[in-house]
Amino acid sequence: MSFLLFQGSVAIYLLSAAAYLVFFLTQKNVLRRTGRAIFLVAFVLHTVNLVARAVETGHTPITSHHETVSFFAWSLGCCYLSFRWRSAVKNLGAFVSVLVLALMLVAAFSSRDAIPLPPALQSWWLPVHASITLLADGFLALACIGGIMYLLQEREIKKKRFGLFYSRLPSLETLDKLNHHCLSVGFPLFTLGLITGSLWAKQAWGAYWHWDPKETWSLITWFLYAAAVHQRFTVGWRGRRAAILSIVAFLSVLFTLWGVSFLLKGVHTYVS
Amino acid sequence: MSRDAIVLLGVNHKTTPLAVREKLALSAGYEEPLRALGQLEELREFYLLSTCNRVEVLFTCADVERAQSRVLDLLFGQAITAEELDRHVYRYVNNEAVEHLFLVAASLDSMIVGEAQILGQLKEAYRHATKIGCSGFILNKLLHKSFSVAKRVRTETRIGAHAVSISYAAVELARKIFGELAGKKVMLVGAGEMAELAAEHLVGQGVAEVVVANRTLQRAVNLARCYNGRAVSLEELLDQLQRVDIIISSTGSPDLILHKEDIRPVMRERRNRPLFFIDIAVPRDLDPGINDLDNVYLYDIDDLHNVVEMNKSERDKEAVRAQRIIAEEKLKFGKWLANMESTPTIVQLRAMVEQQVRFEVEKTMGRFEDMDGQARQGVEKMVAAITGKVVYPPLHYLKSDNHCVTLPERIKTVRELYQLDNSTDGQE
Repeated sequence: MSFLLFQGSVAIYLLSAAAYLVFFLTQKNVLRRTGRAIFLVAFVLHTVNLVARAVETGHTPITSHHETVSFFAWSLGCCYLSFRWRSAVKNLGAFVSVLVLALMLVAAFSSRDAIPLPPALQSWWLPVHASITLLADGFLALACIGGIMYLLQEREIKKKRFGLFYSRLPSLETLDKLNHHCLSVGFPLFTLGLITGSLWAKQAWGAYWHWDPKETWSLITWFLYAAAVHQRFTVGWRGRRAAILSIVAFLSVLFTLWGVSFLLKGVHTYVS
Repeated sequence: MSRDAIVLLGVNHKTTPLAVREKLALSAGYEEPLRALGQLEELREFYLLSTCNRVEVLFTCADVERAQSRVLDLLFGQAITAEELDRHVYRYVNNEAVEHLFLVAASLDSMIVGEAQILGQLKEAYRHATKIGCSGFILNKLLHKSFSVAKRVRTETRIGAHAVSISYAAVELARKIFGELAGKKVMLVGAGEMAELAAEHLVGQGVAEVVVANRTLQRAVNLARCYNGRAVSLEELLDQLQRVDIIISSTGSPDLILHKEDIRPVMRERRNRPLFFIDIAVPRDLDPGINDLDNVYLYDIDDLHNVVEMNKSERDKEAVRAQRIIAEEKLKFGKWLANMESTPTIVQLRAMVEQQVRFEVEKTMGRFEDMDGQARQGVEKMVAAITGKVVYPPLHYLKSDNHCVTLPERIKTVRELYQLDNSTDGQE
């Protein structure tokens, strides 16, 4: 059941990304509306899929690699829609839908087997810690996308050679606001994720901090974002520097998510 | 004469130098000249448009030549000589007038093609005309049509979306940097025509304040007054940089007036809020190195030229499409006009008959004003009914399509039979 829903939502995300991309190139408004509608449908289907999977496995579906990445894609969609609802950012949908699709494809190609939870992880901390962290990752991913768009747009304006992006991307101010919004929501969430994780660790393993690779990398990521937020709110770092920092920090997020799990082994590994 | 001719007279930036346009501009507002035009009995319907780039009057009349000379005399007679009038004023009649109005409304006749301001100005002018009640059946239809043509051009072509001139390019860039321009502040350093044009554009986009810095303070004060802004001296330039967002520089200075090293500390003070410099002076006022600073953007005149050139071929294509839309709409309006040709005659005929019936009724039954409400209503109804009955045969004759006589001929017959052309002149 949940598998079918998952396949369905992947297919619809694919359609939505295609519509958005064609819109990006041709700038026909009909396509944008279509893309948005399709994206919404896919998102709803995806949500249902997550619920169905939770019912099937009997716990919050954020334990296996498949589940984590799928949930990550979902939270990115969630953040995008929340921001979309607050203020429109021209063509952001094209970038987001592609990233969501990429994440969904990664999830599609990893094993869908439900992993029985080891007793240590059977706790209500699991949904709290994992969902908060992944939601934070969603916002941080959006900040990264905003950063990439900012750099593309700024490059054309600075170099005074207008190509594909100048007319298609929103103003620098809008993109910077996006960055601001995502950092000011994403960073506190991420911090909360770290705190809940450490409380859970105390409960499950008896110590707040283990220096296990995932924790270490999370801390490094946290410091990167803390620097970005600090510079932004005190010195007024914005625009290009803020964009670059958001991108670098998000790479660190991705490494925490995948690099650590596959390259360095620790208590957070999905494989039992 | 089958119907009134539509005539458009005017001057614009293409035919007339600024010095003359200034003299002709209706600086005192619309009301006074509109009322003055109302005194001319040659005109049936009329309306006036005055912007910084054009003064145009559009009217319908029976006798084109006479009406034209009376209108020109009244509007422009005192300001310039007859010879100058001949040289500068363009005259369009009927189809050409319709086309010209559409071109103006669609902003194809503007100094900055595709700018959106003109439509607002047109609507404003029309509002004044309707307030006074000097636009009638034909002009109402024509002006409303011009608004919808402008809208069609705007939505179906991308003529408005492109940077089509230097100042427009600058504004578009500013929008890409700042997003909304509302609330942003502009500083003019030095005052030239180009700088003013750009500033005007920015004000049109809703910038909050214009600051003018100039070597001679008097000139700065004068210019600042135009935009409700304030004037500062050149010495305060660096201080002001912390407060403004867009700087348009066009001084005649042979040296650079701002260097990269001047700007760096300013950015720290500004907490990196972006600064956009537009240098339209030749030789340049601003150090090109300024563009290398983070969150600072510098465009000089050549850069802006390139932006415009890049958009030009696209713009030309769009202009052709826009012209096509206008030709199409002109044709449609011409058809409407042809159908409506008989309308003034009908209206006139009806009015004449009604007037005569009333005259006879009043002769027998006393003045309408003296009757009590119900009796008066009854008589009014009767007057309307008699008028309708009497007018019906000629109306039917005018409107029936399967006639072997053409419409203008039929109109002519009716007008002659009822002596419409003599009676109006004779009675009024």
